[in-house]
Amino acid sequence: MTMTTKPAPAAAAGAPPTAGFLDRVLKVRELAIAAVLVLMLTATQLDNSAFLSQQGIKDLLLNATILVLVAVGQATVVITRNVDLSVGSVLGITAFAAGDFLHGGGNPVLAVVIAVAIGAGFGLVNGALVSLGQVPALVVTLGTLYIIRGLDSIWVGSRQITAADLPSGFVSFGHDGLSVIPYLALLTALVLVAAAYYLRSYRSGRDLYALGSSPEAARLAGVPVRKRILAAYVTCGALAGLAGALYLARFGNVDSGTGNGYELTVVSAVVVGGVAFTGGSGSVYGAALGALLLTSINSVLPSIGVSSVWVQAIDGVLLLLAIAVDRIVALRVAGLLRKRAAQTRSATHG
Amino acid sequence: MHARTTAVRRAVAAVAAVSVVALGAAACGGTTKKSTDSGSSSGNGSAATASANPAAATKKGLTIAYLPKQVNNPYFTISDNGGKQAVEALGEKYKEVGTSSGTDTAGQVSYVNTLTQQQVNAIAVSAQDPGALCTALNQARKNGVKVVTYDSDTKADCRDLFVSQASAEDLGRTEVQLLAKQIGGKGQIAILSAAQTATNQNTWIGYMKDELKKPEYKDIQLVKVAYGNDDAQASFQQTQGLLQQYPNLKGIISPTTVGIKAAAQYLSGSKYKGKVQLTGLGTPNDMRAYLANGTVQSFELWDPAKLGALAGYTAVALASGQITGAPGQTFTAGDLGSFTVGQDGVVVLGKPTVFDGTNIGQYHF
Amino acid sequence: MADRMTDPMADNKAATGRGFAARDALRWDTVVGALLVVLLVCSFSLVSNFGNALNLSFLIGNTLPIALIALPMTMLVVSGEIDLSVGSTAGLAGAVMGRLWNGGMAIEMIIPLCVLLGVVCGLVNGLLVTRLGLPSLAVTIGTLAAYRGIAQIVLGSNSVTDFPQQYLNFASDRIGGTFVPYAAIPWAVLLLIAVVLLHATPIGRSLFAVGASQEAARFAGIRVKRLKLSMFVATGTISALTGVFWALHYASARYDNATGLELSVIAAVLLGGIDFDGGKGTLGGAVAGVFLLGALQNVMSLINVSSQSQTLITGVLLVVSVLAPRLARQAGRARARRKAAVGDMPPTALTAV
Repeated sequence: MTMTTKPAPAAAAGAPPTAGFLDRVLKVRELAIAAVLVLMLTATQLDNSAFLSQQGIKDLLLNATILVLVAVGQATVVITRNVDLSVGSVLGITAFAAGDFLHGGGNPVLAVVIAVAIGAGFGLVNGALVSLGQVPALVVTLGTLYIIRGLDSIWVGSRQITAADLPSGFVSFGHDGLSVIPYLALLTALVLVAAAYYLRSYRSGRDLYALGSSPEAARLAGVPVRKRILAAYVTCGALAGLAGALYLARFGNVDSGTGNGYELTVVSAVVVGGVAFTGGSGSVYGAALGALLLTSINSVLPSIGVSSVWVQAIDGVLLLLAIAVDRIVALRVAGLLRKRAAQTRSATHG
Repeated sequence: MHARTTAVRRAVAAVAAVSVVALGAAACGGTTKKSTDSGSSSGNGSAATASANPAAATKKGLTIAYLPKQVNNPYFTISDNGGKQAVEALGEKYKEVGTSSGTDTAGQVSYVNTLTQQQVNAIAVSAQDPGALCTALNQARKNGVKVVTYDSDTKADCRDLFVSQASAEDLGRTEVQLLAKQIGGKGQIAILSAAQTATNQNTWIGYMKDELKKPEYKDIQLVKVAYGNDDAQASFQQTQGLLQQYPNLKGIISPTTVGIKAAAQYLSGSKYKGKVQLTGLGTPNDMRAYLANGTVQSFELWDPAKLGALAGYTAVALASGQITGAPGQTFTAGDLGSFTVGQDGVVVLGKPTVFDGTNIGQYHF
Repeated sequence: MADRMTDPMADNKAATGRGFAARDALRWDTVVGALLVVLLVCSFSLVSNFGNALNLSFLIGNTLPIALIALPMTMLVVSGEIDLSVGSTAGLAGAVMGRLWNGGMAIEMIIPLCVLLGVVCGLVNGLLVTRLGLPSLAVTIGTLAAYRGIAQIVLGSNSVTDFPQQYLNFASDRIGGTFVPYAAIPWAVLLLIAVVLLHATPIGRSLFAVGASQEAARFAGIRVKRLKLSMFVATGTISALTGVFWALHYASARYDNATGLELSVIAAVLLGGIDFDGGKGTLGGAVAGVFLLGALQNVMSLINVSSQSQTLITGVLLVVSVLAPRLARQAGRARARRKAAVGDMPPTALTAV
C-alpha cells in the first residue's frame, strides 16, 4: 500500500484546486452507491409494486437504522487506520443492560443514556489498549470481542428481555414515526449529520483523516495521536451502545447471543461505503449509504422471491466489487494527479 | 511479463496433473455412494440385544449430564431445569454443559468427549447435527455411557433412546389445523422456519405439507418456506419479505420459538397486525404481549420442563438396566406416568398444549 | 499490513535492528512453549481423566483443524498478510464434497477435486491482493461471506453423513491403543515441510524480509507478489484439505461446517507470538499456541469451567499475548535509552525515540 499515492482529502498540504478535484471524486464515489441503491429499489418496485408502499419504505428505513449507527462509529475508527471488531459484543451487552434497567421500572431516556455510557466505556478500553499499548487494533478488538461476549453471557445467563418486559411507549417508539419516517430513522439521521459535520468542519475531526493518511506525518505536524484515537474509539463504542438501545426498542427481544457476528456486517457496510481500510479516506455518509445498501439487499431479495440462500454470497461479491472498483478509481485518480502536477510544473518552468 | 507466463504455465500444469490423478483414481473403480450403500444396513439397533430387567431397582448416585444444543438458551434452560428436578429427586447427580452457540458442532463433539472422560453414567443430549455426533456418542457408549437424545435426535444407531417432545406428525398437522381455523380455511399461507439444515424443522414442515394435501384444505395454498436462521433480525426481514412478495398472505406458521417471536414483533408494529394470522411454536412468556395486543390468537408448545424431566427419567431407567431401548419396553417416569418405547427407540412425551387468551395465565415459562 | 495498523513502532523497526526484534520473538514463543509444558504437567498430575490415551487423542483430534490451517497462516502472517476466509473455504470444500458424493462420484476423485477447489479459492484471494493491491483483510472478509454463501447454494439444507467407513475411521480413529490419531501423521509431515520451508530455505527468509519491509525486499530482488500469491494458494489448499478432514472427522458435511474457525486459528497464531505487523514469529511458537489453546479448552471442560468463562479467558489470553511482549519491549527500550544516555549514544538510538 505504500507503493502508490492514494487520495488523502484532509492532508492539508494539497493545493486548493487539487482538493476541490478530490472532493468531487469522493462525492462521485458516494453518488455511485446512491445510484446503485436507487436503481436496485426501482427495479424491485417494478417487479413487485407492493415493495415501496408506505409500510415498505418504513421497513427499509427501520432495517437500516441500527446498522447505520454502528457503521458511522466504525467509519470514524477506520478513517484513523484502525478497526473495532468488538462492536457486535458491545451492542449485545448494552442492549441487555438497557433492557434490564427498563425491566426494573427505569426511565426509558435514562436507559438509552446508560447504554450509550456503557458503550463509551468499552470504547475507552479499546482505545486505551490500541493507543497506549500500541497493539494492533485488529488483535486487541478481537480479544475484547471475546471478553465482552464472555462477560455478557456470564452476566445474562439464560435470561432474556421480551417485549412484555418493556414499557409500551418504548416499544412503540421502536416502530412508530412521522408518517413514513420512523423516529429511529430521524434519530439516526441526526447522529449522522452531526458526525459528518464534526469530521468535516472541526480541526480535531480533520485530524482523524490526517492520522489515517500518515500517522507519522500527523504526529510530526503536532496532531495529538493518542487523544484522537481514543476519541474515535469512544465515539464508536458510544454509537454501538446507542444502537444497542435502539435494537431493544426495535426488536423487543434481547438475550446473551444478541449481536453475535455483527462485526463482519458492519465492517462490510463501511468498506462498501468507500471508507478504505488503509485509512484517511471516505466519509460517514458513504458508510451510512453502504449500510443502507446492504440492509436493502436483504429486503429486496425476499420480496422479489429470491431464496435467502443467495444473500450471503451476494453480500460477499458486492464487498469485493466495491473495494476493487475503489482501488481502480484510486489508481486512475493518482495517475491524473501526477499528470496535472507535471503540467503545472512545466507551466511554471515555461 | 515473462515471470507471469511461466507462473501461469506452471499452474496449468499442476491443475492438469491433479485432474489426471483424480480421473485415474475414478477410472479404476473408486468408492462411491452406491458401493457403500449395499453394506451399511446391518449396523442398526446394537443396544437392543441386551436383556432388560424391568424390576431392577433404580440405582442411586448416578451422574446424568445434560448437553443441550446451546447453553443460555431460555428454552433449554427451562428444559434442563425440569431435568435437574427429576434427576435430583431420584437421588442422582445432575450437571449441564454445552456450547454457547447453537451451530458449534465441533464444540458439542468435544463436550461429548469430555463427558466420556469424566465417566458420567448417562448423557441427555439435544443434537445440533444428526450425523456429526455419532462417532463421539458411539465411543461414549462403548465406554459404558448411556445416551438419550431429547428435543433433536441423532441417527437412530448413535443413541439408546430418543425422547421426543411430541410426535413430529402431531406437531406438523396441528399447526396447520390451528392456522386453518384462524384464517377460515382459505387463502395463501407461508412458513417461517429456522436454519435450512435444522432436522426437526424439516420433518415438521414435511408433515405440514402432507396435512395440506387433505381435501378440507384445498383453498389454502402454501406459497413459500422462508428461513430466518433462528436469528431475530433475519427472521424479521424474512417476514417483511413474505408480506411484500405476497400481499394477499393470510397466515404464517413459524415452528420455531425465535421465528414466531420476531414475526410477532414485526406484525405488531405494522399495518398487518390482526390481518395476517400467525401461529407456530412459542413459549407463553415470549408471546404473552402479542396475545394481549391481538397480534396472535393462539400457538402451541409442549412443556419443555416435562421434556427435560422425561429425558432424565429415561436416562436413569437406562442406566439402572430397567430398559435397554428395545421397542415395547415400559418404564415409569415419576409423576409423568408410565411410558412405552416406540419404534426406532422413540419415547413420546404427549400431545402439544395449545395456548390462547383463556389459558395463558396458567403457564409461566 | 504494517502500514494499516497504527503502530508508530513499526516505522522504527528497521532502525532498532533485526537483532532486537528476533530476540523478542524468540523470547515470546519460548514463553508460550513453556506455558504449554507447565499446563500439560499440571494437568497430568492434577486433573483426573486428562492423561489417558483416549483423552489425549480427543484433544489432538479436535485441535487438528486449527493446527492444520495454522501452518500456512503463520507463513502468510509473517509475510504481512492475513486470510480470514479459511473457515469458509473449509466449509465450501465440505459442501462440495457432500454434493458430489450425493451425486454418486467416487470419493477418491472428490477429495482431489476439493483440494483443487481450495487452490482456486486461494488464487482468487491472492490475485485480488497482489494484482489489484487490495488490503488482504478487506478482500478476505469479502470472500469469507462469498465462499460461505456459495457453500450454502451448493448444499442447501442437506447434511451428508454417509461417507465410506474406512475414510471416516481414518479421520477419527487412533493408532492402536496410543494417543496418536491417524490423521496426525499427515499433519506431522506437513509441519516438517513447513518448518523447513520457513526456517531453513531462502523462501522462508524472503517471507520474513517481505514482512519486515516489503519495499526493501523488492529492492533486494525478491518477487514479492509471486511469493505472496503462492502463500495465499497454500492457505487455500490446506484450508480445503481441512474442510475434507472436518467433514470426515465429524462424519457430517454441511454448509456451515467450520464456521468461525478463522478466529480460532488467528487467536492461536497470535498467541504463539506471530506479529501481525509481519516479519516476526516462528512456527514452533504458532504450534505451541495452537496446542496451548486446545489443551486449555480440554482441561477447562474437564474441570467444569463453563463455555462462557472459556470465551472470556480466550479473549484475555489474546490481549495479554500481544500486550505483554510490547510492554516488555518498551521497558527494554527505556532501559537501553538510559544506558545509552550514560554512555556513548549510538546514532540509531536517536531515531528509535
